[in-house]
Amino acid sequence: MILYDYVLSPDCYKVRLLASLTGAKLDFKAVDFHPGGEHRRPAFLRLNPAGTIPVLQDGDLVLTESASILTYLAACAGPRWLGDDTPEMRGRVAQWLAFAHRLSASIGKARTHDMLQKPADIDACRAAGITALREMEAALIENSLRGEAFFAGNRPTLADLACFPHAMLAPDGGISTDPYPAIRLWTRRIRALPGFIEMPGIHRLHELKPEPVAVPE
Amino acid sequence: MTDTIRHDPIIDEWYPVAMASQLGPQGRDTQLLGKPIRVMLKDGVPVATAAGRTLPSVTRYGHVWTSLGAPDHPLFDIPEADQPGRRLVDVGLVRVKCSPLRAVENFLDIAHFPFVHTDILGAEPHTEVGRYDVAIRDEVDEVWATKVEFYQPQAAKSAAGGITTEYMYRVPSPTVAVLYKTCPPRPGEWDVITLFVQPLTETLCEVWPWMALFDDETPMTDLIHFQQLIFLQDRSILENQQPSLLPLDPGLEIPTRADLTSIAYRRWLKRRGYTYGAQLVAA
Repeated sequence: MILYDYVLSPDCYKVRLLASLTGAKLDFKAVDFHPGGEHRRPAFLRLNPAGTIPVLQDGDLVLTESASILTYLAACAGPRWLGDDTPEMRGRVAQWLAFAHRLSASIGKARTHDMLQKPADIDACRAAGITALREMEAALIENSLRGEAFFAGNRPTLADLACFPHAMLAPDGGISTDPYPAIRLWTRRIRALPGFIEMPGIHRLHELKPEPVAVPE
Repeated sequence: MTDTIRHDPIIDEWYPVAMASQLGPQGRDTQLLGKPIRVMLKDGVPVATAAGRTLPSVTRYGHVWTSLGAPDHPLFDIPEADQPGRRLVDVGLVRVKCSPLRAVENFLDIAHFPFVHTDILGAEPHTEVGRYDVAIRDEVDEVWATKVEFYQPQAAKSAAGGITTEYMYRVPSPTVAVLYKTCPPRPGEWDVITLFVQPLTETLCEVWPWMALFDDETPMTDLIHFQQLIFLQDRSILENQQPSLLPLDPGLEIPTRADLTSIAYRRWLKRRGYTYGAQLVAA
């Protein structure tokens, strides 16, 4: 399996993270997104007409959406991550996989604007990003009242990995995460998972900090 | 006053304002020292203008350099840039909400490697920075740190495992830092890694990392991504430093022996009267 990858992309990172959490082996092909703009050149557009990264290629299969890439990789290497315990859980995973698009289109764009000077309507992106973070905060609080520590139930699934990177990287785009304690606690649970890996802006937990408990008191 | 031209250490300095290879026909509207400027191609040659006035411009080390004033010295020299066999890497712009001087100072610091670039440029417990030499070289008016040694798990893209890397640091211009480091595939030569900082304002800058490396193996995109990975690890730290302006006088910040380069840099800035992005009251 080849992952067309960019080290600073949150959407590529979530695929790398799932691969690390499941022990899946990926071959990485670095795409010169910045400064080269390789994703907009003909050779790359033949692979993915949408000109977006990540892209996962496995033989003849080419997947260009983060949600489909995560789903396929989980089905191959770690089916538990699909969250198939109940029809409800499955629905919730699909819900958050789709929701993550809104994070890429808001927080993600604010971040590439602020960091790499890519074009964006920065105020609109930040406003939409804050709305999305508030929805995530509310959902995590609702879940915790039901005794659930993650987005689709009481164990981590693709729903969590899909939303995790942008929630961590929002400050890169000028969006503070200070108002969201439930999100912060949840990101600590993700960072405590065995096999967790980092990217710039997403750090490992300090070894002296206690591991967060699975379900908040 | 009117007929004397006084040298201004801030205005009469060279600054990077664009990556030459990316300067298209549409030009680049940007800022320098709080002033709007425009960089564009004129008969295929990059030139910068401010309010219709043509500024001195030179293209070197993959980037366009300009000045709002009249520099009394040529752009600093990096002879390695012309050495055959080196690959020149334009890493691309990164905007950082910090003082341009903070960006340079962070680049000069070795002690943060194990904590910010964990398992790449440093790792616990190898946190000690040994003694090294620092000097302000009067003959060239530059800050130099030499004989810097540090243990690194993965010093470069071309490094297979942990090695003790030797470094030299050089500040040839107030917003430029040049790093020379052990070159794993070519012992005896130094890899050159630079940080070119464009001061937009005193607390906002655009940073252009650039490299001249001996590495025939690693694909160009991997070289770019390695350096972007490293610099983006620094970015969130830089944006959260307090005070955001760089203090030139000792005060709240307690320097240690590992900070000799930083102290020399601040002293050198003060001596030159370079205060853009600096905090002038003792903290």
